[in-house]
Amino acid sequence: MIRRRLADTVAILVAVVTVFPIYWMVLSALKPTGEIQSADPRPWTLNPTLDHFRSALGVSGFGRYFLNSLTVALAVVVLSALLSFLAAVALTRFRFRSRTTILVMFLVAQMVPVEALSIPLFFQIRDLGRAVPGVGLNTLGSLVLVQLAFSLPFAIWMLRGFVAAIPAELEEAATVDGASRFTILWRILFPLVAPGLAATSVFSFIIAWNDFLFAKTFIISATERQTLPAALLVFFKPDENDWGGIMAASTLMTLPVLIFFIFVRRRLVSGLGGAVKD
Amino acid sequence: MRRSATIRRQRLTPLWLLLPALVVLVPMFAYPLYQLGLLSLFDYGQPQVSGGVPARFVGLGNFRALFGDQVFWSVLGQTVVFAAGCVVVTLAVGAALAMLLTRVGRVARTVLSFAALAAWAAPAMTGSVVWLFLFDSNLGLVNEVLGLPGYNWLYERSVAFALVGAVVVWHSFPFVMITLYAGIQAIPESVREAAALDGAGAFTTFRRIIVPMLRPLITIVVIQSIIWDFKVFTQIYVMTRGGGIAGQNMVLNVYAYQKAFASSQYGLGSAIGVVMTVILLVVTLFYLRALRRSGEAL
Repeated sequence: MIRRRLADTVAILVAVVTVFPIYWMVLSALKPTGEIQSADPRPWTLNPTLDHFRSALGVSGFGRYFLNSLTVALAVVVLSALLSFLAAVALTRFRFRSRTTILVMFLVAQMVPVEALSIPLFFQIRDLGRAVPGVGLNTLGSLVLVQLAFSLPFAIWMLRGFVAAIPAELEEAATVDGASRFTILWRILFPLVAPGLAATSVFSFIIAWNDFLFAKTFIISATERQTLPAALLVFFKPDENDWGGIMAASTLMTLPVLIFFIFVRRRLVSGLGGAVKD
Repeated sequence: MRRSATIRRQRLTPLWLLLPALVVLVPMFAYPLYQLGLLSLFDYGQPQVSGGVPARFVGLGNFRALFGDQVFWSVLGQTVVFAAGCVVVTLAVGAALAMLLTRVGRVARTVLSFAALAAWAAPAMTGSVVWLFLFDSNLGLVNEVLGLPGYNWLYERSVAFALVGAVVVWHSFPFVMITLYAGIQAIPESVREAAALDGAGAFTTFRRIIVPMLRPLITIVVIQSIIWDFKVFTQIYVMTRGGGIAGQNMVLNVYAYQKAFASSQYGLGSAIGVVMTVILLVVTLFYLRALRRSGEAL
């Protein structure tokens, strides 16, 4: 009993330490500037204010950046879910010659340091933009395209486990009943894989939402197309940081991911199990 | 007749299903990777980018320059040490907390799981920024509590690395904790009970029962962590402002980026990228072997 209580105490202490930076972020976003700059920081505030959020969203244009980030992330999530679903079905429901090779390549692709690809991709996107205006430098389209490519290998790998878990008899029965391949795909497999898609989507969302390097590399002059992480860095001033504003912007950036995580919490673990253990 | 037509259609279907993904992956992933290799063989700088001067083929010249440069070796060395440190601490913390989770009540378990989830969800950028604020030399809470007004955590190389490492661990231990906890839950209750009856403590249970039974899962978690921590970019770039004072906190990823985009040596930057890719490829080979050993049918 005493041991259990000791373990409980340690667990709660660790939880407090773990969550503290997030608490401090939200708290500082709500503190009046005077309290942030006081030499005696307190872990609470009696005068919460939304001033920092107002100035971040209004003056600094974080509303715009938030929308940009959201557009890119949602486009990546939807496209990635669609493409990885089709690919995962191909790789689990069919046996063909190059199947193992393709699977290994998807695995290897997850290990590639994609940050290094920013160098060739910078030139590629620049040249692409001359031919197709929507996906060149300074466009959100370019970010969607590269983040989609980076999220697909993991999404396909993870989704494979979910597709494999669906009994093949269901499709066989549907075939006997005369259902077309298209019907089987969208009316039978897709709804059954949906929980897995939700878990997979979190990872695609995070890849796109957190991206800082490619936004910094591709959005070189059109500041109105900047996404949140890169815009946050611009917020930093060498000597006098507006910490209240930075914390408000950080809070805005963290909230969507947190909400997404809590929604798919249970499936996250089973999904990871599927990704790493098959 | 009809039968052969069905078989042929069956052969074609997987290709059609894979095609949309390949249409994205080949030009946006495979081709840039090929281009990275190609660029590393050229002298490609500002004059070439502007279009006036043709790129000059230098063969392995960039690699020769790199391997002859003392700075590259020290960056490579500290990348390995930094990544190794992050991996060891992340695994130790994650495993210890996974064990702790099996021994606590429901309330404590939920609280810790949610706290870990929050740290996991925080984007690398916000995590870095918030920790910077906590450790700020003048307005930071940590200096206030420790009574170190004005102390700069980023001034000394090892202290700065430790701070960035702490943020990396904070972001990545939840993955290890939650995955290992799920793995432990999958071990039959009777096995763990038997161990407890025989008087095995937490550490013994972990070493003698959980590690051997979860070996494949642990291998995968270890290698996954190595790959993530070797590629850390945002935390270093943001917290040490692009690699630290005089580049003292440079890791390979940031080094490649700076060489390419800050000093316009795109060929040299690509060569660093190729070196990183080769190192991670070797790690991947171990990963594939571990997967095969764990009996996964690809």
